[in-house]
Amino acid sequence: MAMDLSISRFWRKKVSVYRLYGSRCKACGKVHYPPKKACPYCGSRDLELIELPKRGKLLSYTTIYAVPEGARPKSPVYFGLIDLGITKVVAELTDVADKNSLKEGIEVEAVLRRTREDRDSGLIYYLLKFRPVMVHR
Amino acid sequence: MHGPKAGIHGWGAYIPIYRLPLSEIAKVWGWSPEQYESLDVVEKAVASSDEDSVTMAYEAASNAIKRAGIDPKKIGAIFFGTESKPYAVKPSATIIGEALGITPYTMASDMEFACRAGSEGLRSLIGMVDSGLVEFGLAIGSDTAQANPGDVLEFTAASGAAAFVIGPSENASAIVEDSVTFVTDTPDFWRRATQPYPLHGEGFTGEPAYFYHIENAVRALLEKTGLKPGDFDYAIFHQPNGKFPVKVGKGLGFTIDQMKDGLVTPMIGNTYNASALMGLAKVLDKARPGEKILLAPFGSGAGSDAYYIRVTDSIEERKALAPSVGDYLDRKVLIDYGMYSKARSIMHVIK
Repeated sequence: MAMDLSISRFWRKKVSVYRLYGSRCKACGKVHYPPKKACPYCGSRDLELIELPKRGKLLSYTTIYAVPEGARPKSPVYFGLIDLGITKVVAELTDVADKNSLKEGIEVEAVLRRTREDRDSGLIYYLLKFRPVMVHR
Repeated sequence: MHGPKAGIHGWGAYIPIYRLPLSEIAKVWGWSPEQYESLDVVEKAVASSDEDSVTMAYEAASNAIKRAGIDPKKIGAIFFGTESKPYAVKPSATIIGEALGITPYTMASDMEFACRAGSEGLRSLIGMVDSGLVEFGLAIGSDTAQANPGDVLEFTAASGAAAFVIGPSENASAIVEDSVTFVTDTPDFWRRATQPYPLHGEGFTGEPAYFYHIENAVRALLEKTGLKPGDFDYAIFHQPNGKFPVKVGKGLGFTIDQMKDGLVTPMIGNTYNASALMGLAKVLDKARPGEKILLAPFGSGAGSDAYYIRVTDSIEERKALAPSVGDYLDRKVLIDYGMYSKARSIMHVIK
């Protein structure tokens, strides 16, 4: 069975895409997402995996109409730049019923969603996306 | 004789943001209002194109774990009840367990019993917790219910999830004091592996399936516990539509007052494995210490469980730790049949 996507690539990343694990440089303290083997700021290779906050503020977003193969039924796809406090991440946005609601500074939270599926083999790839926070009384 | 006891430590629900008014379905398929108004359902919850029973289970379970206030690693069994598994072969429970940080030292199974698979998980966990096999377990009911477009089933087949962290009686929000299960081989509703939509054995749907099994399970529980319908503060039944649960409840001697807080299908449709369990989550959002709850999920094929649940003092401190069912009911965006077709893959798109 031919695979459009790499099974092993997604499997290796599951802790970062399912649970939002990033890396923190023990030398300079900078936090990166996705996790890195070496700190892009100071070059240290002494890093640790940490779970990032699942809530943040939306800084900016973009709309993608030419979506990747395996994701076309979900078109269009929204990507946001999100400030989690200790670092910023780029992640898919979801539950965007009206993109005018995607104002700078709105609070967003991480939820597990499907991102793509292999067209031939049917394997489903899940990851955390961000959506405007639930109003919680 | 009383059965084993266990506690509900955390409860959680999830309802997708999108709602399809039933009038939209009627417009496309030529139904007249009186043909669907008798179902007592106004809108149905529709999962988005990036959602499935696994992603909805994740959020409901995440809410339940927040309320339980436990380290996810303490969960020793994940029972995922659904009839809309993303994979025919490959467990969904492991995906949920991995994403919630429960894996690897846990049991993880997908249960199958039409709409009461999640309840089978719940009842199994009571025995497993009471025996000491596991300290905590996670029971989930989640479905993106399928219906053949144009079939009357399409009016109510909805999406949603409910989850419960089951653990020792000590420090629980509610105690499952006793339970009974009643099953028979009944051909009321089925789907073969390669069929996209389920079918019903028309004459079997109501009396020989839904009513017969729920009535027998509830009567057996009342007999076993010595309780009467009037002893309960709340009564929650499986809700294939808005009409059946009220009819079965009244027939058993319960009042609308006891049933109204546990009804969710009139607002969001039938969420199958989450139907009665979301009713329980909604009641727990409101219930006060000492109150008694009767819960009776039902699944086609067919069977029903009846539970006697007693609320404890610990419930109050846990209510605000996660969004309530009411929060999810209030968060909604109305869509038309076109958006629904896209969301539920009724339109064929080359991926």
